[in-house]
Amino acid sequence: MCLAIPLRLIDVEGEHGTVDAGGIRRRIVISLVPGAKPGDYAIVHAGFAISLMDEEQALLSIRTIHELLDKAGS
Amino acid sequence: MDRIDLSIGSGGKSMHEFIAGVVLRHLGNARLDGLGDAALLDLPRHAAFTTDSFVVKPLFFPGGDIGTLCVAGTVNDLVVSGARPLFLSLGLILEEGLPMADLERILASMRRTADAAGVTVVTGDTKVVRKGEADGIYVNTAGIGEAVGRPETPRPGDILIVTGSPGDHGVAIMVARREFEFEGDVRSDCAALTRLLPLWESGDVRWMRDITRGGLATVACEMASQAGCTAVLREADVPFSPPVRGVAEILGIEPLYLPSEGKALIVAPSASAGRVLEFLRTKAACPDAAAIGTVETRDREVDAILRTQSGGHRILEPLTGELLPRIC
Amino acid sequence: MKDLEILRGEPAVRALVDEIGREAAGIGRPLQLMEVCGTHTMTVYRNGLGPVLRRLGVTMISGPGCPVCVTPDSTISAAASLVREHEGVILASFGDMLRVPTSEGILMKLVPAARSEIRIVYSAEETLRLARENPDRSVVFLAAGFETTIPSIAWVVRECVRRDVRNVFLLSAMKTVPAPLRAILSAGEVRLDGLIYPGHVSVIIGTHPYEFIPKEFGVPGAVAGFEPADFLLGVLAVLQQIRGRRPAVENAYPRAVRAEGNPEAVRLIAETLHPADAEWRGFGTIPQSGLLPPERFSALARFNPRTDAVWTHEGCRCGEVVRGLIAPEGCPLFARTCTPGRPLGPCMVSFEGACLIHAKYGKEVPGGQD
Repeated sequence: MCLAIPLRLIDVEGEHGTVDAGGIRRRIVISLVPGAKPGDYAIVHAGFAISLMDEEQALLSIRTIHELLDKAGS
Repeated sequence: MDRIDLSIGSGGKSMHEFIAGVVLRHLGNARLDGLGDAALLDLPRHAAFTTDSFVVKPLFFPGGDIGTLCVAGTVNDLVVSGARPLFLSLGLILEEGLPMADLERILASMRRTADAAGVTVVTGDTKVVRKGEADGIYVNTAGIGEAVGRPETPRPGDILIVTGSPGDHGVAIMVARREFEFEGDVRSDCAALTRLLPLWESGDVRWMRDITRGGLATVACEMASQAGCTAVLREADVPFSPPVRGVAEILGIEPLYLPSEGKALIVAPSASAGRVLEFLRTKAACPDAAAIGTVETRDREVDAILRTQSGGHRILEPLTGELLPRIC
Repeated sequence: MKDLEILRGEPAVRALVDEIGREAAGIGRPLQLMEVCGTHTMTVYRNGLGPVLRRLGVTMISGPGCPVCVTPDSTISAAASLVREHEGVILASFGDMLRVPTSEGILMKLVPAARSEIRIVYSAEETLRLARENPDRSVVFLAAGFETTIPSIAWVVRECVRRDVRNVFLLSAMKTVPAPLRAILSAGEVRLDGLIYPGHVSVIIGTHPYEFIPKEFGVPGAVAGFEPADFLLGVLAVLQQIRGRRPAVENAYPRAVRAEGNPEAVRLIAETLHPADAEWRGFGTIPQSGLLPPERFSALARFNPRTDAVWTHEGCRCGEVVRGLIAPEGCPLFARTCTPGRPLGPCMVSFEGACLIHAKYGKEVPGGQD
């Protein structure tokens, strides 16, 4: 139901954008994420961006993991 | 003529002109030029012999074409069996209407690949079928090589090594087929593996197989099944290239099943595994060669186990059915 | 994003497993959690997490989050009828649906009527291209999916209205997630100590639609992402809620999910589609659990296809699997007569199907390595 991955937007043009993963590029619809710009990470599902990744929240999640790792280490 | 027509396969003047004018222009050599019914060869005492047929679609893809494949594929079967490739036969089945320019491109690729691998085409045959009865061109090649090493059965404790990023050919084909509507600067890894031959001569390897249909997982399972062992692969150590990872992400395809056409799975005793990796990386143009697992004692009916990136384990099976992308 | 690699790696998973172990020990009884979404089932089994969690006393049960698995025979019949009995129809569908085994074989292999055919699409958008390239034929899109996919289908409907496209129709198999969860909890047939909510459905609908679950049923839950560590963060959140006796809807996937969801997508859905009762495999009809396009796009209205033409295998128990009543291993056909190579039901066909996932990835490594 949910297969979608964060992919980097490399360009946007009207209702469409291009995402890149390791050199593989695909054209997607970005109408569901107004304000999307190159450099954003879009969560892409079946050819449509459904969300833009919140980088601040991503860093927070990573920090949580690091804290757990430190706790495990000590 | 700018397209293949039926007269070329007829055995008459048209055919002769075609062979002499087109085929020999690309593939000609002392043995082939004579166009005898058979090539007369002095064969080595211990020889290896193999054959393969090629029906790839599309004929041309980034990084190669059916010409590259038909030489590399047979050459590689010899190499991984411990033999230095010497001679190839070439059987062409051409579809009426195939553009001559396409055929010449393919023949040129064959020549380039054969030269790089040090083999010559010494005998061949051409047939032409009516439009619609072949997909452009089908090719069969058979190859003879000289045994320079003796493969042995892998055994517990041996190390599994891959010569580079698996799956590149599969992604190149997907891009060329344009089925999935993505683009990419990705090239097939289609290539001859003759540069691995010194590994046989040094005695540092036990067993090899080239990674083709079914990908790395299938080859590992076949090895384990034939050897009566269990292969344990470490997902984190497999050196997938960024495009293969990208396609795996975007389409949800398991990259362990994507085919290559110029990568090998090598089994080496643990004592020489380090030397093998060193050789691959510095002398055999395999900078991404990596140790990716071990051969273990047979675990009941399990051919292969994958230790996942996250530390879990799951059983790895050979590819069954098609690879279709996941869609909600 | 390279930094997110840490969510896949062993150290993070180990640390989370240890934390989960501590919480589970503190709770002191075996727990059953439902992961709603097929892609979460994939995360669990592809990464070998099932046995790991089970050893800690946490059993994961797969839920109804597989759109192909919950599509009833009547919808597949309608699709079969459209292709076989109507000329000039292009049936466009995501791939899995076309391989569901039925009494007449799979949709993909049906012999179409004159000028009719079946086309696999990977994005709803392709429907527009097919319509443009085939102005003299009708494109019927077998629109299947939950709220992750529904916005893209709504977008297509809007584009058809904007561009005055007259030859696109929808055969709707669109369904919404909260409804079957209410049905499962109300039925009380499965003991659920917690829920892992679908990550990308929640991107669209946010977390508010699940709030009735802790409120009315006292069941804790968390939205989780799809990397192994993401999933385990969700499990950990649920266990912490259980231990603290404070059921809630937590968001353990904040980099993608916002509490209010994706307002643009929600608005688009509301403007173009309307809720309706829907039939589910395994559940029967659940009120207001489906979405339909405007009448002019309805394939049912336009073509009146038969809805009793095909049916699935008699012994198939996919309906019980999607309700969490039995695990795939609990179906007598599983791995015996129903295998990935020879499937008998949709759960063994769909990549989100619990049975296929268990069959491909669920074989436990003998010796129980960790």
